[in-house]
Amino acid sequence: MNVADLIDLLLQHSPALIVAVPLLGAFITPLISRLNDKVRNVFVILTLGLTASLVFLLASDVFTGNIHTYIFGSQDLALPVVRILFEVDAMSAFMAIISVILSLVAVIYSWSFMKENTGLDKYYTLILLMTAGMLGMELTGDLFNFFVFLEITSISSAALVAFWTNKAKSVEAGFKYIVISTIGALFILFSIALFYGQYNALNMAMIASAMQYTFLDKIALVLLIAALAMKAGVVPMHMWLPDAYSKAPSSVTLILVGATQASLYGVFRVCFTIYGGAINLSSISIGWILVILGIITMLLGVAMAIIQTDFKRLIAFSAVAEIGYMLLGIGTGLVVMLNPEMTATGLAAMKGGIFHIMNDALDVGLLFLVAGAIYYATKETSLNKLGGLARNMKYTTVFFIIGLLAVSGMPPMNGFASKLLIYESTYQLNPILSIIAILSSIMLLAVFVKVFHSAFLGPALPKFENVKEVPKSMLIAMGTIATIIIIFGLFPEIIVNSIVEPAANALINYGDYVREVIPSFTGGV
Amino acid sequence: MIFNIPFIAVAALILIGLYAVIFKRNLIKMVIGITLIESGVNLFLITLGYREGSIAPIYTSSPGGIMALPVPQALTLTSIVIGVAVLALMLSLVIHIYRHYGTLDVRKIGGPEE
Repeated sequence: MNVADLIDLLLQHSPALIVAVPLLGAFITPLISRLNDKVRNVFVILTLGLTASLVFLLASDVFTGNIHTYIFGSQDLALPVVRILFEVDAMSAFMAIISVILSLVAVIYSWSFMKENTGLDKYYTLILLMTAGMLGMELTGDLFNFFVFLEITSISSAALVAFWTNKAKSVEAGFKYIVISTIGALFILFSIALFYGQYNALNMAMIASAMQYTFLDKIALVLLIAALAMKAGVVPMHMWLPDAYSKAPSSVTLILVGATQASLYGVFRVCFTIYGGAINLSSISIGWILVILGIITMLLGVAMAIIQTDFKRLIAFSAVAEIGYMLLGIGTGLVVMLNPEMTATGLAAMKGGIFHIMNDALDVGLLFLVAGAIYYATKETSLNKLGGLARNMKYTTVFFIIGLLAVSGMPPMNGFASKLLIYESTYQLNPILSIIAILSSIMLLAVFVKVFHSAFLGPALPKFENVKEVPKSMLIAMGTIATIIIIFGLFPEIIVNSIVEPAANALINYGDYVREVIPSFTGGV
Repeated sequence: MIFNIPFIAVAALILIGLYAVIFKRNLIKMVIGITLIESGVNLFLITLGYREGSIAPIYTSSPGGIMALPVPQALTLTSIVIGVAVLALMLSLVIHIYRHYGTLDVRKIGGPEE
């Protein structure tokens, strides 16, 4: 067998392998951990590296316009029998790339960051499980399967949030997170049962093609959006997020950002694909609900970020604000989707919203890693007690400046590229929306300049005299993200055209997604 | 089925569970509330697949007649397994919280940042 055949075979089976590799790796990790700690760390990095290369292989094919389906069970698509489908379109592949990059960087960062902790075999097992869960959520084409992966992600991430069990606050945040996640997941299961009772199907495409938009479907829509938005940390259901983000180890927070966005992906999949046909009847209201939720999320996130004194909690609230931008972009796209005069605006808004998902993951992720680096070096997270760190931690300071500029949407960084798309398109829908969005960005800049001033500038404090720069693995992790941020910021057109636009089109032309499973489906052209 | 009793039970279980999660001050009672919601949802799934007078869906030795739909039962089994994992995790976190604070009352847990 030559190389080209092997790559074809890998490509064909990659949807299954992307979930299977980290899942198997997770359960081999404790065994390898008995040998040697270094061997285990290398093994985990290699496992995620293999997963990442599979994701990139699959994505490179999906972005050219193919939709991949992978069938577990009967191969005959016409038979209405029980089987589970993985269906990968450009949006799924886009989200999978984000998740896998975040996990890989988090594992590299953990090498030094978590070195002094015990129980690391469990830590790495949970990280791999969480990655498998996130990727499963993004690739699956089956609603019940989505629920199962959602629960895998929630259980492993709740355990990771509470990983520092010697800290009361961490355990509390973990408990809060698992309670919220479980209740959300049970609502999702309830709405899956509502679908199954009506359409006798669990497959997303099959439900989408049979959607009648009955009263029960409306209940299911409300439950699904509420539960997934709760898991995505949308205001007013965000109360768990600052606790979980700020009390978890920084490397875990990075993956939690990915898990939050996987839930956000669920919101989009539900709105655009499952209710894709029915939404035509009432797109205005659902689109506007997303827009208004986005605006509230943005304003409240920024307002709460200003008054925080804890470094990580402050970043967590700015992460809440960033989620608002994505909802605003996608919601605007949904509002104007049916208006033929505003197709370009809708596409621009969608592109902005989707591009911002990736930018938010990178920007907020980098800031959390910097916060973790400062904690590692000084054992301190309160902004009132920090100061003068730029003298001791040169590289970390530079990474923080990059993250600061990116998160507040300043021109040379990637945040600017996506936020500009959102401002432009929302301005055409309603100028007030874009004014609020710009205002929030300015306030975010103010927040982070304050942080920069109080943590990095100022006189050298005697207690931080012996603070050293953090170890190499953490610098490599932060450097990787910072490099991606700068590249995206300098060449946004390439990224938007090659991966963001296919993803936006995949959401808008939901008919292709359905036709892959139900060839006779005629809607969504 | 008589007066849709299973569906009424589903609604009652979910509402009681939600009440416990929202209004009870004791962490263990909140956990019990979550398991009640879970039982409600599981019962809902099972009820959807049941038809009056149907038998268990074992094809090899079927005496004839209608069978209950097996898919919701498979879903319920999966959901129960997940539920056990969640329950175990929640209770272990409650144990840790009790070790730190010496109480299970949500009003006394928390307090100022350490």
